[in-house]
Amino acid sequence: MAETGKILLQMKNIHKRFPGVYALKDVNFELKAGEVHALLGENGAGKSTLIKCLAGIYIPEEGEVIVNGKSHIMQSVADSQAHGISVIHQELCLVPYLSIAENMFLGRERNVGGIIKRGQENEEAKKMLQRLGLDFDPNVLIKDLSIAQQQMVEIAKALSVKADILVMDEPTASLTDKETEVLFETMRQLKAEGIGIIYISHRMSELFAITDRVTIMRDGQYVGTVNTRETTNDQLIAMMVGRELTQLYFKDKVNPGKVVLEVKDLVSPPFVNGVSFAIREGEIVGMSGLVGAGRSETAHCIFGLDDRYTGQILIDGKPVHIRSVRQAMQNGIALVPENRKEEGLVLINSVGYNLTLTVLHEIFRGHPLGNPKREADEIEKHINELAIKTPSAEQLAENLSGGNQQKIVIAKWLATKPKLLILDEPTRGVDVGARAEIYGFMNELAKQGVAILMISSDLPEILNMSDRVLVMHEGRVTANLAKEELSQELIMRYATGGGNINVA
Amino acid sequence: MSPETNIKAQNSVVRYLKDNMGTLIGLFIMCVILSFTTNGVFYSQRNLINVLRQVSSNACLAFGMTFAIITGGIDLSVGSILALSGTLSAGLIVHSGFSVPGAVATAIIIGTALGLFNGFMIATTTIPPFIVTLAMMQIARGAAYIYSNGQPIRAMIPSYQIIGTGYLGPIPYPVIYMLVFLIICVILLSKTRFGRHVYAVGGNDKAAIFSGVNVPRTKMLVYTMSGFLAAFTGVVLCARMASGQPTAGQSFEMDAIAATVLGGTSMSGGVGKIGSTMIGVLIIGVLNNGLNLLGLNSFWQQIAKGIVILLAVYVDMLKKRRK
Repeated sequence: MAETGKILLQMKNIHKRFPGVYALKDVNFELKAGEVHALLGENGAGKSTLIKCLAGIYIPEEGEVIVNGKSHIMQSVADSQAHGISVIHQELCLVPYLSIAENMFLGRERNVGGIIKRGQENEEAKKMLQRLGLDFDPNVLIKDLSIAQQQMVEIAKALSVKADILVMDEPTASLTDKETEVLFETMRQLKAEGIGIIYISHRMSELFAITDRVTIMRDGQYVGTVNTRETTNDQLIAMMVGRELTQLYFKDKVNPGKVVLEVKDLVSPPFVNGVSFAIREGEIVGMSGLVGAGRSETAHCIFGLDDRYTGQILIDGKPVHIRSVRQAMQNGIALVPENRKEEGLVLINSVGYNLTLTVLHEIFRGHPLGNPKREADEIEKHINELAIKTPSAEQLAENLSGGNQQKIVIAKWLATKPKLLILDEPTRGVDVGARAEIYGFMNELAKQGVAILMISSDLPEILNMSDRVLVMHEGRVTANLAKEELSQELIMRYATGGGNINVA
Repeated sequence: MSPETNIKAQNSVVRYLKDNMGTLIGLFIMCVILSFTTNGVFYSQRNLINVLRQVSSNACLAFGMTFAIITGGIDLSVGSILALSGTLSAGLIVHSGFSVPGAVATAIIIGTALGLFNGFMIATTTIPPFIVTLAMMQIARGAAYIYSNGQPIRAMIPSYQIIGTGYLGPIPYPVIYMLVFLIICVILLSKTRFGRHVYAVGGNDKAAIFSGVNVPRTKMLVYTMSGFLAAFTGVVLCARMASGQPTAGQSFEMDAIAATVLGGTSMSGGVGKIGSTMIGVLIIGVLNNGLNLLGLNSFWQQIAKGIVILLAVYVDMLKKRRK
């Protein structure tokens, strides 16, 4: 076990190029035993690339990696693991149809001559899970777990490797506050054991809660390292974006107009169990709740993705029949989905293609072979309106940063001129700069009279952007809170089902 | 936490029956119907053994196919590799003076090598398995025609024929081979590291890479295995016919895919069991045999097969959606 304070890892002058791009340029990083060291930077700043160089997935062209005093560039994942490095990657890296135990031991199966010792694996897995306070049967298949549960398994898997250096790439992205607290508790325990942790997160509050030092990166370059105790939120953001970001949230006061959407007794088991609420013109209504509370599922009913629900949906006071996305669109509803890479974009197609996907019927109306001029105008308008940073409309969507991808998704739905815009986790995985811009559009749209339903797990976002907040718990709306009475504690109380509640 | 967390794992026999409920019931119903309509001919020992022998070649190909499909790929070349290895085994004996074991070994090694080549291309390039094996399907078939000059190669040599026509007690050799491969493949897929890597590659190849699994090697092994099984089956088939037929095994890859899919293996990879594929093989076999006994011609058999595939996969989807 390493003693606290000893230098575990040094990465010096790391360079990594991809065709046409300098992904890492002269990056330095250092990790001590028993410290949690954050890597901070906007998306595309090179954090994940640096981690991949450490994990043996990429091999840097130049630079030195010193692990436990020995200079060694990792050549493969197995090599990296053998050097005591364990990584929890940003994307969930579990195999859905294998069990928890099988996933935990993937690539280093307990075996005798190639035959697997299932019993031993299950026993060891059980112990590792219990260490995280998880009472899972290790035989359960990954696909039967919720995203948050899968994330916990991923963490258990990383911990099951005897590692001195643990890398966590946005481990809390899909965890609830309670689960995050359990994770932090485990991290503190690991620190005490002398393990060094590299921690990547976009949530500032977490950095202040758990880290000792923060290294900031920007555009693939090293900006600086600061002690968490001696820095401030503003200083970190300034280092990250390279300029002072005066304000993240823009929200003007609006006077809500007439009711645009009303839902009554929406039921679609198992996640939606009787949801009623209304949204007015110009209103931004936040929707908060824990993972699995039924927020996205409620949105799916309203947007016609779920055609098995019961209950009533009223648009402009009139009951409407919505059982398909097409019908929802005809009623002026748009949904920016939670998972932009899978539900929002055709990644392998161009920016322009994606932008016009929702309005093809208009572009082709009266022009059986399309209307190139109209299409080009439409595309240009959206790229300018949302300030999408792309070299051209022909660029493939997958080559854009998360923030710009999200802007495409928003733009393609704005093209339908919706009365009601549902945003499901609008800024997840979006960097600070683009976030501020997205909040700006939301504010602007609300002023134009669009009703906005914003589903979000990001509490500061909910608190700052909403005129009103609906809290969901187990498929029901448990609170309807006005802006004046909002607080983090109150939302969490209703989200966890605590408290006696009057739904207004 | 959600209630699913407490799912307890069931013992493997119960799980096997449960997972394959739909196809097992289907197979059972077919057998019941046939027992009425064929006046018991279906149940005669001779006929049952006949069914097993008839399905043995499809079974061997389908085992290899199951591995390929679980990794998220497919192997369209098995029918052609079968033909090439079959004609080679006969030709090497008749034209080149090879000993029977020498010819058989050479033919199987060449077929296996083609499988290895498939695997090598799939593992080291980004050409999709469908394309790589489609190309090999053409190449191997063409090679079989060239080697045999487009004519069957007659090989009336008892020590060669016995490979396909021999019996162990009442059981024909091809059925024995099938059972041996069945057991080996079941163990490989469910009990070994290799098997687990096969699932990982198809289920989430990124997770496999990030966990240190050697993904290219796993793919290479899978297609090599499929090539070996096809080559072996080719030799057995030609030995049985005492003739190396360059036209053998045409569209056998489709039957192997059908059996695999009937068994519930997902075409998108990550899911599947050898034991379930075996049921798929039996369903196709019993269907063919039954329709034969009933005197329906083979054109009707094809239509019946198509309907059964659609039906079975649809039922499987319903079952999954309900979960």
